[in-house]
Amino acid sequence: MSVAITTQSSIQDSEPVFHVIDEHAHPEGASTMLGFWIYLMSDCLIFAMLFATYGVLGGNYAAGPSPKGLFDLKLVALNTTMLLLSSITYGFAMLTMEKSKIVQTQLWLAITGLFGLAFLGIELTEFAHMIHEGATPQRSAFLSSFFTLVGTHGLHVTFGLVWLVTLMVQTARFGLTEANRRRLMCLSMFWHFLDVVWIGVFTFVYLLGMLR
Amino acid sequence: MTTNSHVEAQILHSDAGHHGHDDHGGGAHGSLKSYLIGFGLSVILTAVPFWLVMAGTIADKAVTALIVLVLAAVQIVVHMIYFLHMNTRSENGWTMMAMIFTVIMVVIALTGSLWVMHHLNVNMMPMHDMSQMP
Repeated sequence: MSVAITTQSSIQDSEPVFHVIDEHAHPEGASTMLGFWIYLMSDCLIFAMLFATYGVLGGNYAAGPSPKGLFDLKLVALNTTMLLLSSITYGFAMLTMEKSKIVQTQLWLAITGLFGLAFLGIELTEFAHMIHEGATPQRSAFLSSFFTLVGTHGLHVTFGLVWLVTLMVQTARFGLTEANRRRLMCLSMFWHFLDVVWIGVFTFVYLLGMLR
Repeated sequence: MTTNSHVEAQILHSDAGHHGHDDHGGGAHGSLKSYLIGFGLSVILTAVPFWLVMAGTIADKAVTALIVLVLAAVQIVVHMIYFLHMNTRSENGWTMMAMIFTVIMVVIALTGSLWVMHHLNVNMMPMHDMSQMP
């Protein structure tokens, strides 16, 4: 009986182990930044598909309005300025967060939010104006792909604003804790990423649209 | 023996973890100077293409389009470096790896779609002259 047990245990001992038996330490949030970056890259692929769709369909006006008659470049320039300014003010929020100045951080975040709101307001005004003129998404393949691409970017900005307000409330209630800093850094990447996508939009859609 | 190698692995891991914490991965902070340089460059790289198109400075539209595209590409790189703080070291190079992969996918999707659909359009053209064919 005892002999049988020893043989069994000796077999178990000699069995090779191909993995680390003990769980090694994973500090909280250590992988968040890489994970969020990979999310942003997947978001980038969504936008690439929408850009490709617009690139293919952007010339099909179906005897409807074309970019030249629709787009107001002055408005687009103003919009671009708003987004660019919100990018730099978010950068300032990150710099003040690093120095743990909570009031200044909140102030810069609020300014960023206002620029974001201005961007959305101008974009919605443009959309409303276009739809009022009969240039609805149903009008032509050009307009369908235009509204899908620019609208998706606008939706991202909208959700970025919701996230921004959420984090401002979080920061006000719990301070600049390690978790809140991490969240603010994720939103920072998200916000700057949206600005990068907008470079593609104003170049590919608006500027090249006027040159068509 | 087992415990020894385990401790060794832990030391290696904690070292790597510390390194990863130091540069905060893809979201590392820049300095005021780097943000301002990035902002200045972005303003120039945005204003110039808008000016070129709105004022119609260059008569040849193809040349204007090419310049506008190049400036956009440069501005995207500027944003990546000065605002998103991309470098080859963060997260042991994995953010860069993910980005290179994404760029390859985006280039394939964009050029592939535009190229194929352009040729499809070009080759559809003779359809209109079918009645004149023998």
